[in-house]
Amino acid sequence: MTNFTPWSALVGGALIGLAAVLLLWLNGRIAGVSGIAGRLWFASRGDRAWRWLFLLGLVLGAGLWALLSPTPVEPRHGFPVSLLLLAGLLVGYGTSMAGGCTSGHGVCGIARLSARSLAATGVFMLAAIATTYVVRHLLALA
Amino acid sequence: MDARVCASRAGLWTGLLCGLIFGLGLGVSQMVDPRKVLGFLDITGAWDASLMFVMGGALLVAAIGFRAVLRRPAPRFSERFHVSAAGSVDAPLLIGAALFGIGWGLAGYCPGPAIASLGFGNAEALCFLPAMVAGAGLQRWQARRRAMRPVAA
Repeated sequence: MTNFTPWSALVGGALIGLAAVLLLWLNGRIAGVSGIAGRLWFASRGDRAWRWLFLLGLVLGAGLWALLSPTPVEPRHGFPVSLLLLAGLLVGYGTSMAGGCTSGHGVCGIARLSARSLAATGVFMLAAIATTYVVRHLLALA
Repeated sequence: MDARVCASRAGLWTGLLCGLIFGLGLGVSQMVDPRKVLGFLDITGAWDASLMFVMGGALLVAAIGFRAVLRRPAPRFSERFHVSAAGSVDAPLLIGAALFGIGWGLAGYCPGPAIASLGFGNAEALCFLPAMVAGAGLQRWQARRRAMRPVAA
């Protein structure tokens, strides 16, 4: 169970939005993590390095937050490995097929009022809510 | 050094900076914690609406900022904006989004937080991320095979 934290959510969200605006203004790129990561190895040579650096920044940013956080970060323990693996497969397959994830469709796409992103976000939100209900309340798996 | 090489070098640093701000945002908003994400998705449990505020904050800034940025002729360090043209809603989009949603709801990770959480040594990411790469690889391979197969008469 977690507590509702509207202020840190808004501030964190605004930072994510700022990162997306800066990446579009400076690099001309959409800050969609699945799209950036999906072409790490397949993009043309000149198009690869910035992707690695963006993801490195992502890791460093979360690490920096953990360092500065007043309360120590407690990763989740005891979550079933089989669920993690299945979830990873589905997230990789689905985001590749849909051409985006929470950041690419959910933030950048909706900010541009893209009909495709609006539809995708509605569908993945509903699917995720239904899945969480099944996993937590019907099957009580985790 | 010519201007294009200079611009592409600057683009590397700005890529790193944008990733850093993004990762910081995921940390501050606690979206790197899958319990927080599942607390939002579990609308019949003790609902935690935080994720909605994260998306709201991000959308507000991005919607205003994108509008200003896309009015410019070109980005600072690239020859053009790499933005996909408006397309129609099709089956791969909806099926892909549904599969992604199921995976997201199973464990509480979408790609950004899963990668970012490596920054504080999250062991779960070491299971989730290889599976995610495998899933994306499988989809690309299937799509390429389908594209190469001759159309049946």
